[in-house]
This record gives sequence, structure tokens and C-alpha cells, in this order.
Amino acid sequence: MTGQGFKSLTLIGVLVIAAAFVPFVTNGYWLSIAVTAMMYIALATAWTLFSGPTHYISLATGAFFGIGGYLVATGMSDFDISFWVMAAIAPIVAVVLAALIGAATLRLSGIYFVIFTLGLAEMIRGLVSWVQNNFLGSRGLYVLTDFTEEHIYWMLLGIAATVYVIGWLIDRSKLGFAMKIIGNDEGVAKHLGINTARAKVILFMITGFFSALVGVIVAPRYSYIEPNLVFSPEISFMVVIMALLGGTQRLWGPIIGVIPFILIWETITVSFPNATTLYLGLSFLAIVYFLPNGVVGLIESLTKRGRAS
Amino acid sequence: MNKRKFLARATAGLTTLAAASLLSFTALAADTIKIGTVAPKTGPLAGGSLVSQWPNVDLWVHEVNERGGLKMKEGQKKIELIAYDDKTNPTEHIKAVQRLATQDKVDFIIAPYGTGFNIAAAPIYSKYGYPQIAVTSVTDQIGELTERFPSLFFTLGDTTSFVAGLKDVLVKLKDSGEINNKIAMVNVADAFGIELADVARPLLQEAGFELVYDKSYPLGTPDLSPIIKGAKATEADSFIAWSYPPDTFGLTEQAVIENYDVKVFYTAVATAFPAYAGKFGSKIENVLGAGGVNPDTDEMKAYRARHEEVTGKAPDYWASANTYASLQILEAAIEGVGEVDREAVTNYIKSNTFDTIMGPINFDDQNSNRFWTVGQWQEGVFRGVVSSNIEGAVDVKLKDGWN
Amino acid sequence: MDILISGLLLGGTYALVAMGLNLQYGVARIMNLANGETLVLGALAAFLAFTAISLSPLVTLVIVAPLAFAANWLVYQFLLRPLVKRAKTSGQLEVDSILATFGMSFALVGIMVSIHGEYYTYSFLARPFEILGTTVAQNRLVAFFAAVIIGGGLVAWLNYTRTGTAVRAVSVDTEAARLVGINVPRVSALAFALGGAVTAVGGTLISTFITLDGSIGVIFTMKALIIVIMGGVGDLRGSIIAAVVLGLVETAVASLIDPGLTLVAAYVIFLGILLFRPQGLFGKRNA
Repeated sequence: MTGQGFKSLTLIGVLVIAAAFVPFVTNGYWLSIAVTAMMYIALATAWTLFSGPTHYISLATGAFFGIGGYLVATGMSDFDISFWVMAAIAPIVAVVLAALIGAATLRLSGIYFVIFTLGLAEMIRGLVSWVQNNFLGSRGLYVLTDFTEEHIYWMLLGIAATVYVIGWLIDRSKLGFAMKIIGNDEGVAKHLGINTARAKVILFMITGFFSALVGVIVAPRYSYIEPNLVFSPEISFMVVIMALLGGTQRLWGPIIGVIPFILIWETITVSFPNATTLYLGLSFLAIVYFLPNGVVGLIESLTKRGRAS
Repeated sequence: MNKRKFLARATAGLTTLAAASLLSFTALAADTIKIGTVAPKTGPLAGGSLVSQWPNVDLWVHEVNERGGLKMKEGQKKIELIAYDDKTNPTEHIKAVQRLATQDKVDFIIAPYGTGFNIAAAPIYSKYGYPQIAVTSVTDQIGELTERFPSLFFTLGDTTSFVAGLKDVLVKLKDSGEINNKIAMVNVADAFGIELADVARPLLQEAGFELVYDKSYPLGTPDLSPIIKGAKATEADSFIAWSYPPDTFGLTEQAVIENYDVKVFYTAVATAFPAYAGKFGSKIENVLGAGGVNPDTDEMKAYRARHEEVTGKAPDYWASANTYASLQILEAAIEGVGEVDREAVTNYIKSNTFDTIMGPINFDDQNSNRFWTVGQWQEGVFRGVVSSNIEGAVDVKLKDGWN
Repeated sequence: MDILISGLLLGGTYALVAMGLNLQYGVARIMNLANGETLVLGALAAFLAFTAISLSPLVTLVIVAPLAFAANWLVYQFLLRPLVKRAKTSGQLEVDSILATFGMSFALVGIMVSIHGEYYTYSFLARPFEILGTTVAQNRLVAFFAAVIIGGGLVAWLNYTRTGTAVRAVSVDTEAARLVGINVPRVSALAFALGGAVTAVGGTLISTFITLDGSIGVIFTMKALIIVIMGGVGDLRGSIIAAVVLGLVETAVASLIDPGLTLVAAYVIFLGILLFRPQGLFGKRNA
């Protein structure tokens, strides 16, 4: 098991190094796809860190992402604080928030947890707009930096790799063991004397930290921040969809969910510029019906078959 | 046939094929000019862009091609339009513009729809040297942005002049004693509304007005009746809403229902839409709104007729004309240079004056100072009442009930 | 008084948004993310009929209801039933239905935008009406009464008829319902189709006073999710009460404090209720 674990870590290491060279190979369109893919890989991996083992589907990604993007924007536009200072503050705010959400939602399970996180994200979005409107009174939130797509790409890659390594370490720690038991049966976990509450909250805080960091890094790419757009619930849904498509039982599941997803998305956008949304919908349906266990399921059943023959 | 022979033949075949396709490609490239565009067809901004942006793009391409194409040095070239839907999502937008620039290798790109999208895409236009004639973009950072992006042009004015236009209307009415100095102001709590309200507060107060009601409401508020009721309870003679399309419709409907008897009723985006008049008919007589046109010039009459004929619907009374004018500028600049030299076209735009349906337009520091800021519904037409450097403003009338 | 009446009317609107989803999720166990699009379809039908042949939305409604019922029945039988059969656990079904209905919502947005991309604006019964000194819009009042009739009818049907009892049984425990001889697939299909019809009719009514467009469905989906969860999954009364609570709170906050805080207040109430009753107002523990 550990041998295999190290093997997968090495594999990821090789992939990260390979991925780091992408900007040297292309710098236009494919790089912009790579940036988008890397943004979702980082978000979906961070999401899986918590939601994979616990089976708690969180729709709070948009809130954390938004906090990252928004705080950078308001810090730079309204208070003239540098990007890097805000980049340090925003994830900490997100961690505090995640701790509060985590603690508040301990009693919730299943769909109640899902919609609670959605409601919370929406509440924050409304609150931020209101505060912006009444107290900060902004004349537009601009994040004008000298970052190029390459810089953003490498920073996102760095986040994604860090999240993966942290996930890998957790998997091998007492915390990871606890999480697995919680995911299987929370009652049993409690009986075994595992502090389920602490384990869940800690993981949720890690997820919040990195999701906000992604928001921070992406803000310069948007240049002009509209609170309603950075706090968009769409991003929470997209992350969940991509992670589920990949499969959440493995930490690398989201990675192989995101890449085909983005590629299919692009192909459709290019092929049917007039009815993109319709064909995207139809392709989702096709995936659900023909890939019942996500991409991970497909790969695992293929390798199983490969070994058997 | 042995393996090697087969390979040789296959290679030869492929080479001819490739050569042939290359040839046909260059032949094709020689007589068309590729123009790209990205704007929302779905998502929150789609309702607006399908009124102001897309029909004008279609109309312009249709007309240029009907004339035989753009007149270049090597002869006329028809436009091949490549259009993508950004789904009102900045990430999608950036990807699509990159695709236009580096995959489709289009010759020119039509500027995006919406302030945020124009700014988010500006680095890409600038990196590849595409001139970007922004229309639906209202910001107070024009100076900094144009300095940063040398191929970015603005045509709809900055936030301050946008608000100042309305302030001038109000000051005039107040000074002649037609309205009191109390104003009820509301805004949608989104980037656009927040920014406008923030600029408006000090401007109106300096002009001697008192904001007796000053509230925001979230995007997508389903029931706006408490707002109209709240504003109605004050003694303000003027109601100002920095609103987006759905709430422009909602606020007006509530005002009709409450019979909100104000002398000045202003809503922002979508007041100039034909659908606004379609919904409310004669009730909106003397409603003020963002934008306006001078519908009486020959150019504007001809444009409105052609718009209806080609796209099957009427243009709005604001950004439609500006959008079409921006395309005329692009067209004239490309023809003026006569070849696909983006830098030359950008410089051409900077240094020339262009004949458009809105009259002559030129740019000082990449910013055009010819635009309408306030319009008013008068007998079924939304006429400009305040402009920056455009002729044909009509006098403002007071609102007199909702009949 | 103003607040009470306007709040109740808004609550009626919210009930129209949420009752359908409650049936679909509570009984058929389908987390329908295309719920908002179903609603917008009902609105689109009303808009097209009104602008093309000046058909009153109240007539359109009569046509929309059976059509939506049939369409949702077919969707359930051919698209969702296979997922139900395939799912080994309820968690698996949740994931599959989220993915599938997410796809459907995209497809529906695509279709609606291709039919009419701009705003669905028209004017129907936008006239004032006085009740107890409060001015309300007639179209909102009509929608409120429709909500009362639909909600009342559904509650009565669920409680006093055989089929209704079967539906409630399935919503409480699918396994037990099967054991007592209830045809679970049939009841689920019925509940899903009925939910779709209620939602579409809601859309038809709402389009008379809110300006919608093809892409706006997701906003209604989220509102419906919040209300259903706040009221408790599988209990229609819960959804109705939650809808009214939200309507009253939003109107009170808008009138007394600041319209900018309406949504925030609504979510605070929602979050607060879940903190004290993690299963919603009427939900059962471990349901």
C-alpha cells in the first residue's frame, strides 16, 4: 500500500514538472485553457480533500473563491494595499470562516449540509454587496497587476501541487484514517473515540484556505471584480460536477475529471458557437449514462480488466 | 505492394493533400477578412447583449458583405465572422478571445459587451495589438486604462459624466422651481449600480440636493414594491434608480401600480429598450433613462430602418447606435489603411475623424467625447435630452402621472 | 399591514417556486437542478402566447399544466428511472441525479435561449388593487390565490386520498412502502410529473410580474432548494410555511431596515433554522 502510495506521488511529481513546462510550449490559446483547467484542478482537489472522504458535498467553494478575489480587489482599490499583503490576508479570513462553517454544520448531514453551504455562500455574497454599497463605496474594483498568464498558471500549479501533497500526507496520517472511518460510518468513528468534529473542521479549513488562494491568484486575470461574479454559485456547482465526474474516491480523481471536462467543453464551444449551452447539457447527460462511476471508475475497471486478461 | 512502397505512396499522397489544403486555405484567406467577436448569448448579461450588441454585429456584417466586402488595397474582401458565447463568465471570455487571437487567427476583434468584460479582455487585445473600440463600458478609470492598453478606445463616456448628465437635468429643473431639492435614489447592489450611486451622492449633494431616500437592493430582488413604497413616503419630487434590466422593468411596474406621483422618474439600463415601451405603452411618457439618441437625423432614420429590416427587430435608443457607430469606425479604419495591419489601423483610429450614424467621431487620448447621457420617452420615442457634444437634445418634460 | 400583505403575496410566489421541487425531491428522490428551468419554460410559454396571439396567461396556464405533467413524466420514465434502478445507495442516486439534471438544465437553457434570448416582458393585470388600505398588483394577487389553491389542493390530496397517502408513504420510506404493496416507481413518476407541472404553472404566473429570461432559472432553483430544505424534505406544509416566512421576513426587512439586506436576512433565517433544527421545520430525523 505505502509502496503504491509513493508510486502515485512520484507520478504526480513527474506530471507537475511536465505541467510546469506548458507555458514554454504554447502561450496563447492553449495556455489560457491550461490556466482554466489548473484553476479547476486546484479547486476540485481542495474540494475533494474534505468532501471525498466525508461524503459531505460542499457548495461553499464559491464563497471561499469569492473571498479571495474580492478581498484582493477591495484591498487594492479601496485601501491601496499591495497585492501580496492581501494575498496573505484573504486565505486567513477564509480559514476563519471555514472554521465557523465547519463548527456550525456539525449537526447537519446529507442534503441539509449541501444546501446550508449554498445558503451560506449566497448570504456572504449578499452581505459583501451590501457592505461594498454602504460602507466602502467603491468606484469599481480593479486588480491591475503585471502578472501574465504564465505567472498565473505557475502559481495555480503550485497551489494544486501543494494541495495534492497535503492530501497525500493526510491520507497517511491519523487524521486521514479518522476521515475514512467517518465517511463509512460516523457512529462507529465516534465509538472508536475519534474526535469527528475536530477532524472535519480541520479538513474544511484546509479546503477553505486553498480555495481562497485560488481566488486571489485568479483576480488579476479578471482585472475588474464584480462581487456578484466572483461569488457566483456557478463556480461551486462546476467544481462539484467536475469532481464527481472524475470520481471522489481518489485524490487524483478530480484531476482526471477536470481535464476531459475542459476539453469537451472547449470542443463543444468551438463546434457549436450558436448552441453551446444546449450541447454541453446533452454531453453531460451522455456522460452520466455512459460513465456511471466517473472517469476514475472507467480507468479502474479498464485496469482491472487489463490485469484479468 | 511492399511496406516501403506503400509508405512512400501514402506520404506522397498526404503531402499533395496537405499542399492542396494549404493552397485552398491561402486562396480563401485572400478574399475574406476574418473578424471575431465574443459576447454573452446566455447568462445574466445575455438579455442586454441580444438587444444592443448581437443584432448590430449581424447587421454590420450583412451590410458590408452586401456591398461586396471591405475595400482593401488588393480588392474587396468579404467578412467572415467568427462568434463565440462567453456565457457571461470572465473565464470563458478570456479563453474565447485567446482562441480568436491565436487559433482562429482573426484579423480584427469586435469589443466585448459589458464593463467588466472589456477590462478583463483588454490585456489580450493589447498583447496581440487588436484595436478594441469599447462601447458598453462605463468607468472612471479611462485615463489609467488607456495608458495601460494603447489599443483600447472608449466611446460611451466615464461614470462621472454619465451621472453629471442627469444632475444637470435636475439642477435646471430645481433652479426654475419645477422640482424641490429632495431626491429618492436607489441602486442595484452590483458593480455598476454601486459605482454610479457612489459617484452620484457627492455630485447631487454639492448641487444642493438632499437624498431623502438612499437604498440599494440585491440583484434579482423578486418584489420591489417596498422600495417604491418607501420612496413614495418621502417628499422627493425626483426618483433615480441606477438599475439593471430586470429591475428597471420591475421598478417601473411598481411605480405604475402605486401610482407613484413624481415629477422626475429615472431608471438606468433598459429604459431605452423597445421592450420597455412594448411593456408599458403610453404609461412611460416622460420617463427619463440612461442613453438616448437623436432619432431625427437622416443617418439615424436610415439606420433604424435597416436594423428592423435586416434583424427583424427595432434597435434600442442608446447603445445600439453606439455599437453600430463603433463598427463603422472599425470599418473605416480598416479601409483607410487598406491592409490587415493592426498597428496601422489602431493609429488610424487615433488620428482620424469618422463619419458615423451619430455624426463625426474622433478620439482624444483614445476617448471619444460624443455620446448621450440622458434620454426621455416622449410620444413613443426615447429622445436624448443631455449629450456630450451631440446636437439635437430636446427639452426635458416633467412626468405627469402614469396613464 | 403593508408588510403583512406584501409579505404574504411574496410568500405565495415562493411557495409556487418550491412546492414542485418538494414533490420531486421528497417523494421521487430526484434532486432536480433543472427545476428553475422548468419554471422558466412555463414563463416562456406565457410570454410567447401573450405576445403572439394575446392569450391570457391564465389560459396558457391550463395548457401548460398537462403539457408539463406529460413532459416530466416522460423525463422521469426515460431519463431518471434508469438512474434510480442503477443506484445501489441513496448517495449514488443523489450524485447521479445532480449530474443528470444539471445537464438537463443546461440543455433547457440552450433551447430557451434559441427560442427567445431577450427578456420576457409583457404586461398583464399590472393594475392596482386595494386591500385593507394597501395597494397591491392584481397580477401578484392572482398568483397568490393560485398558490393557495394549488397548495391547498395538494395538501388535501396528500392527506385525504388513497394515492396521496401512497405518495406520503413513499416519501417517508421507500422500502417500507414497497413492502406494503405500493407501486413505488409509479408513485415516484407521478410525484415527479406533478412537481414539474406545479413548477411550470408557477412560472407562468410569476412571468406576469417578474421579468425573466432564458438563463435565469438557476436563481429559482436555488431559492427552491433553500425553501424545501428550510421546511424539511418531503413535507409540503413545511415548504409552504418556509415560503411564507421568507416572504414576510424579506418584506419586513425591505420596508423597515434596508432593501439591500433582504436576501441576507432571508439566508440568515434559513441558516438559523437549520442550526436549531438540522432537519428543517417539518423534517423528520434521519429521514
